[in-house]
Amino acid sequence: MSVRLYLALAAGHLTGALSRRLGSGGTVLPGHVVSRLDPGALRHIVAQIRLGAAIISGTNGKTTTARMVSQAATSAGLRPIANRSGSNLTSGIVAAAVAHTSLVGRPLGDVAILEVDEAHVPAVVDAANPRLLALTNVFRDQLDRYGEVDLIAATWRIAIERLDPSAVLVLNADDPIVAHLREAAPGRVVTYGVNDEAVGSPTLPHEADKRLCPACGARLRYTWSYYGHIGHYACAACGWQRPAPDVAVTQLAFRAGGTTELTVEQGGTSRRIRVPLPGLYNAYNALAAFAITTTLGIAESAAIAAIESFSAVFGRQERVAVGSGELTLALVKNPVGFNQVLQALAMGEPPDLIVIAINDLFADGTDVSWLWDVDFEVLAESEPRILCTGLRAHDMALRLKYAGVAEERVVVEPPLGAAVEAALTTARAGGHVAAFPTYTAMLQMRGELQRRGCVAPFWED
Amino acid sequence: MRLRLVHLYGDLMNLYGDRGNIIALQRRCAWRGIELQVVDVTAGDRIDPATSDLFFFGGGQDREQSTVSEDLALGNGEAIEEAVHEGAALLSVCGGYQLLGRYFRTAEGTEIPGTALFDAYTVAGPDRNVGNVVAESELDGGRYTLIGFENHSGRTYLGSGVEPLARVQVGRGNNGEDRLEGCRSGTAIGTYLHGPILPKNPWLTDWLIATALHRRAGEDVPLPPLDDGRETAAHDAMVERILRRGNVRTSIR
Repeated sequence: MSVRLYLALAAGHLTGALSRRLGSGGTVLPGHVVSRLDPGALRHIVAQIRLGAAIISGTNGKTTTARMVSQAATSAGLRPIANRSGSNLTSGIVAAAVAHTSLVGRPLGDVAILEVDEAHVPAVVDAANPRLLALTNVFRDQLDRYGEVDLIAATWRIAIERLDPSAVLVLNADDPIVAHLREAAPGRVVTYGVNDEAVGSPTLPHEADKRLCPACGARLRYTWSYYGHIGHYACAACGWQRPAPDVAVTQLAFRAGGTTELTVEQGGTSRRIRVPLPGLYNAYNALAAFAITTTLGIAESAAIAAIESFSAVFGRQERVAVGSGELTLALVKNPVGFNQVLQALAMGEPPDLIVIAINDLFADGTDVSWLWDVDFEVLAESEPRILCTGLRAHDMALRLKYAGVAEERVVVEPPLGAAVEAALTTARAGGHVAAFPTYTAMLQMRGELQRRGCVAPFWED
Repeated sequence: MRLRLVHLYGDLMNLYGDRGNIIALQRRCAWRGIELQVVDVTAGDRIDPATSDLFFFGGGQDREQSTVSEDLALGNGEAIEEAVHEGAALLSVCGGYQLLGRYFRTAEGTEIPGTALFDAYTVAGPDRNVGNVVAESELDGGRYTLIGFENHSGRTYLGSGVEPLARVQVGRGNNGEDRLEGCRSGTAIGTYLHGPILPKNPWLTDWLIATALHRRAGEDVPLPPLDDGRETAAHDAMVERILRRGNVRTSIR
């Protein structure tokens, strides 16, 4: 071990301990310190991890998928190293690796499961030299930060070209932008997808991002659509089409109580998996997790056990018990995700209060135009009161007015603290509150809940 | 009264919540008992200028823009121009705005031809202009504050045949140099503002509806006023915040 790495690790541990003591969780700062002192630190650490590193990225579902894979590793008796607190930029990943590395540079884990922000994939591939890269989907998300969907695809292509030829690429066959990336793979590719037409519809929804062939630019023809631009497609002009998935859901059924039953086929055999989460998007998350876990060589039974006992990730369908009532938190960040969450809401018992918390800080995306691509029209026919909060509370209330939601049902309360107070009042009286915050609004809401003793600090997740 | 709105290439050009502009037009017509029929026109379809009262043209990615440019050259560009000369109202945003100018020169130097409805041209800039915009606009004697969000790498320069839509107070606007935002040529408007632009600027929505009604009826049709409480609250909250605190600006590449 080099002196440089030793010094970097020592400084990283020290910063981590200090920033945790100061109450900020230590999920990012040590990464900056270590990278500054030794830019090669992550590669050194990962090279010593027995099963190497798996990187998971995509617009929606990466946190849930990564957590499922990580829990599968745990059920298989492995010690996973994961960046758990949504710290998915390069600095957060280095910080997570350092926190799981001894001062003499020995990793305290057998496999690294890293959730990586879309734009940071090439940098993390360079820094970690992963043995698996999984890409789940690309939807329009925070376009003010990343530019257009095509730009993300181009960024990922660069990352794929830099993969080691022994690395495996795991791709969602049902997202044409993702599936087309297989052409750039230097090594083995595993695809996953859904083959059940009992869900979805024959036409594309309006919020679909991409309808041109990524191979030739002609119009892409969809024979089936699941959500967004996720579905079965082919190009009439050049013949490029959806690859037949290696790991496929052949049967999908939504059950009462918010669970989803999947029949998954791989290598000629099929198995049933009961996913304790609602919504088609969570079925895709579970499918991705299953494909990634088995591709890593972890026992299938561990994958199934982890998925079936999965409890939601921080801010993603999280339930907080308050008095005799409860508050559920579902992170929202783009039209496709928000529509899926609204759909899951419509499938269950209606809540007593809906809280929509929209911020427009950098991590949320400073452009809130996307709210107009969400189908809030489905709320027009429902009953619950809706409380709009956050920096863009007024924009949200305006969107609801144009969605046909009666104005007397909608209350605008920009300060998040006041909104949390109102939510807790409803919950303490035995009510159910469904809250839909953007990223920084979720952090703030959780902070408010934590101050009132309702939830644990998030870095202890 | 019945109006026909032609949504130009909405399947190819629909970035950044521009659907909200259609929703705003639909609702503000419906609240006044005006029936607004929305017709989707895409590559391969032909526009009938005689029945088109109102056009909306949103933004798209580069590749989609080339496809649309080629289709516009097959007759739809002329049909739009004919309808606008006869008084049809038009709102174009970002990519749609660029494609109605003379040309768009990409970073690689390729010129994507526009329809030249607007005396303007666009060249790709080295970075993207991204952020909230506040601009002052004068439209048929009224003075208004426009609020929106811009996200574009193209720099648009106006010729003498068009007027600017607004003067930028905060933000970059057409090109970041002349403080101008968007353009107006008769009953046609081009702008870089998303947000989407219409819901928080209801006066502009109503101007488009009134213009389309005039074209259909052949005379001014008075628009009954609406309760714009939510619109005004959302508009004023952002204007105040931006003028007070300035803009959070991000630049990509």
